[in-house]
Amino acid sequence: MARRNTVLLLIAIALAVVPLFMGFQGEEVFGGADGAAQALITEIQPAYEPWAGPIWEPPSGEIASLLFTLQAALGAGFLGYYLGLRRGQVRVRGNGDDGSR
Amino acid sequence: MHIMEGYLPVTHAVAWTAVSAPIVAWGGLRLVRTVRAHPETKMLLAASGAFCFVLSALKIPSVTGSCSHPTGTGLGAVLFGPAVMTVLGTLVLLFQALLLAHGGLTTLGANVFSMAIAGPFVAWGVFRLSRAIGASAAVAVFLAAALANLVTYLVTSAQLAAAFPDPASGFAGSFVKFATVFALTQVPLAIIEGLVTVVVFTMLTSYSRAELRQLPHLAGEAR
Repeated sequence: MARRNTVLLLIAIALAVVPLFMGFQGEEVFGGADGAAQALITEIQPAYEPWAGPIWEPPSGEIASLLFTLQAALGAGFLGYYLGLRRGQVRVRGNGDDGSR
Repeated sequence: MHIMEGYLPVTHAVAWTAVSAPIVAWGGLRLVRTVRAHPETKMLLAASGAFCFVLSALKIPSVTGSCSHPTGTGLGAVLFGPAVMTVLGTLVLLFQALLLAHGGLTTLGANVFSMAIAGPFVAWGVFRLSRAIGASAAVAVFLAAALANLVTYLVTSAQLAAAFPDPASGFAGSFVKFATVFALTQVPLAIIEGLVTVVVFTMLTSYSRAELRQLPHLAGEAR
């Protein structure tokens, strides 16, 4: 299991890294796809005015990245805790079975 | 990526909210019932939500030169069924709309439909179908998660195309344009999401057998 998982994760990392070396250039490079969609809306319907704005916006890119990092950290923290807990329980009870039967 | 605040005309925003709200309410009922019937799966449920939380926070570069993020809804849909996942997905979207100015409240209904309803239902259907025709659990989970991810963004493209049809080529022309922005960007991300979901699912099948046995349709995966 560990070997297959390692290979799968390496492929996943490679898929994320390859685009960085595909020679994209310019100011907007690797911006969000939602920004691109916003530009497309303006192109299709130049008169469209968004009729609502976010109630609260992170005041800077740093704060936004803080909150995104927090979101990922909370999720990963709990997931790691859960998987570690279960793995430990399986080990203590022996034989890879959890003894729940 | 989600449709941004204010970027759907009022009628569309209201219509998508009206479609999504009852489905999520039904999902909430199913969630409460699942937890009551099998309280020992609570931690696994939270872990599925956590997985969705992590994946939807990761903005990953793609072959189109822009960034997007996975959805993370496939795992929970395979484990608990699509109804339960509609609730978890909605919570993630709400968090991002309120705290990150990512997506929005007026577009929440539409975003819930694409990410928390369409995605999980596709994941569930693809998983069951793949298992039925004899695919291994890993292959079935990969296809379920990757296709749920792709479908989410195809639905987003259709929603935007319906709201903003191209003056010359109409809905179809507009759909192609939005799908080029969203869905094409999403292809490598869908593969990444499929791979990562298989990794976590594999760990669950060896560490969380007791819980998987509680989930009726997954009992067979936890032998």
